[in-house]
Amino acid sequence: MPLKRKILELKKRREQVLQGGGEKAIEKQAAMGKLTARERIIALLDKDSFQEYDLFVEHEARDFDMDKKVLHGDGVIIGTGTIYGAPICVFAQDFTVAGGSLGLMHARKITKIMDHALKMRMPLIGINDSGGARIQEGVNSLAGYGEIFFRNTLSSGVIPQISVILGPCAGGAVYSPALTDFVFVVDRISKMFITGPEVIRTVLGEEITMEDLGGARVHSEITGNAHFFAESETECFEQIKKLITFIPWNNKQKAKAFKPKNPKSSYKIDDIVPGDPKQPYDVRNVLRAICDDSDFFEIQEHWAGNMVIGFGRLQGETVGFVCNQPLVLAGVLDVDSSDKAARFIRYCDAFNIPIVTLVDLPGYLPGVDQEHAGVIRHGAKILYAYSEATVPKITVILRKAYGGGYIAMNSRHLRADFVFAWPGAEIAVMGPEGAANIIFRKEILEAKDPEKMRKQKVKEYKQKFANPYVAAAKGYVDSVIEPSETRKVLLHAIEVSVSKSVSGPNKKHGIPPF
Amino acid sequence: MAEKSTAGSNNSTGSNSKDEKTKFKSLTIEGTKYRTLLSGKFENRKKWENPDINKIYSFIPGTVLKIYVKAGQTVKEGQNMLVLEAMKMQNRIQIPFNGKIKGVYVKEGDKIPKGSLMVEFEPPEV
Repeated sequence: MPLKRKILELKKRREQVLQGGGEKAIEKQAAMGKLTARERIIALLDKDSFQEYDLFVEHEARDFDMDKKVLHGDGVIIGTGTIYGAPICVFAQDFTVAGGSLGLMHARKITKIMDHALKMRMPLIGINDSGGARIQEGVNSLAGYGEIFFRNTLSSGVIPQISVILGPCAGGAVYSPALTDFVFVVDRISKMFITGPEVIRTVLGEEITMEDLGGARVHSEITGNAHFFAESETECFEQIKKLITFIPWNNKQKAKAFKPKNPKSSYKIDDIVPGDPKQPYDVRNVLRAICDDSDFFEIQEHWAGNMVIGFGRLQGETVGFVCNQPLVLAGVLDVDSSDKAARFIRYCDAFNIPIVTLVDLPGYLPGVDQEHAGVIRHGAKILYAYSEATVPKITVILRKAYGGGYIAMNSRHLRADFVFAWPGAEIAVMGPEGAANIIFRKEILEAKDPEKMRKQKVKEYKQKFANPYVAAAKGYVDSVIEPSETRKVLLHAIEVSVSKSVSGPNKKHGIPPF
Repeated sequence: MAEKSTAGSNNSTGSNSKDEKTKFKSLTIEGTKYRTLLSGKFENRKKWENPDINKIYSFIPGTVLKIYVKAGQTVKEGQNMLVLEAMKMQNRIQIPFNGKIKGVYVKEGDKIPKGSLMVEFEPPEV
């Protein structure tokens, strides 16, 4: 047979496989408002950059008449490509082929591209759209999941791992995304849960929709399982692309520097933070007054809003920001905000991203629910993450820094490299009201007019301790700065930290309060 | 794109809405009242209630398979109280202390959620 005919045969074979689950299944996918797996990859990657592998893989299942079924590509597409020139490994489950169910060969394709990503030290993006385990393949299907989880763990902290949930992702399948660094969800399309509505109905008699159980909003607002929420798949892909610009390809590199840009002049840093520590403001406006081009890329925007985390750039270099948010719950630390901050700190530390911490918090959230939810264990995660991190760590105390919250928010004592404070900073063991009530308890009780005495003592305490100078006198604060100096001071601090080198005692690994 | 507040229905963290001013509440931390927004999760949190040891609640959702006691009966610690089948396991629930049953609030065959009141004891005589 001449080569020309062989080429024609290849084309024919390709065409067949590229039909995926066929016209009807593709129509069904579109009716659900979903793109096909291939359309998604094309939309995500740079134009014409996708190279596919394992197109002709076939399953080997024999039981339950599976040997009579042809599943194109075994329900998953794998390959490599680029996003803004950054090399990317990608897999996308094809819901049109047997509901994207995961069988042995399907899993082998995924683990093949995962192995490649780890070997080549490049980011991995997984697009999940699957009904779950392929029941006909039995324990082989479970083995497949296990192999994926193992590789997720092995790659963690070495290459960036991104999960995109664009359809159902249920049962054991949810644990791959949970092990990865960032999870993207889309409204009305993403669904994640361990046990679905059907099981809950049979076991409990409780009726709940998939959306209310594990939809995109649930995971963006209540569970914190998702990091980015989008209204459409297109918006989701834009978010992923933007994230890729902020992070390095692997843990041996730094994120690509951008052309430096000044913040927009519309953000006036002197006017954002009210003088009265009881009044709220949006800390993201402080970030916009500091970051290049006033561009702050927020992560987990809708969950644990009392803590703000995300990326920005200072003089073109990626920085991770961890900030108390006085706008929500007065910026307190609690179970969720501790989890949120701690994980992000570890991400930045693993990927050589300097951490800037903006502090303004009254302390920990009081409440039985918090104590019983284990705020001790969860709160300890922040202490652990900051203490352990060896990237440059810079703190700016904007206003309140009271008690345990002061220590937790990257204080000098956890080895901050630089601690700056604005002149309105109040660094004290607790708020003036609480402190005066304890220290001057007797005087207040015995006074003729206890309320008047209390007010006077609060005032005295405020004057003496509610400032940055007591901490500065001890060297716990390195410099008291004007708000307008913040960007300049941060740029300098990062500039003089580039060759930071610290090492702790030898150990296999620590035991963080997971 | 990052600045767009979209999923704010449950968790009021947005910064641009006009009616935000009316949503500001006060939150007291260590004697100081702060003006702030509250999260949906915080506002919907479960209020703490003191547990009543005379009331026996289901610890897991499931089906009541068998009931061994009835109202008015005097019972001894360790006796069988009922069988609650959950997650394919038949859990034998035993009488926790000597006493008298005030009421049984489930029937055999009932499917009950977690935290349902199943049996109540008479308060012990002092």
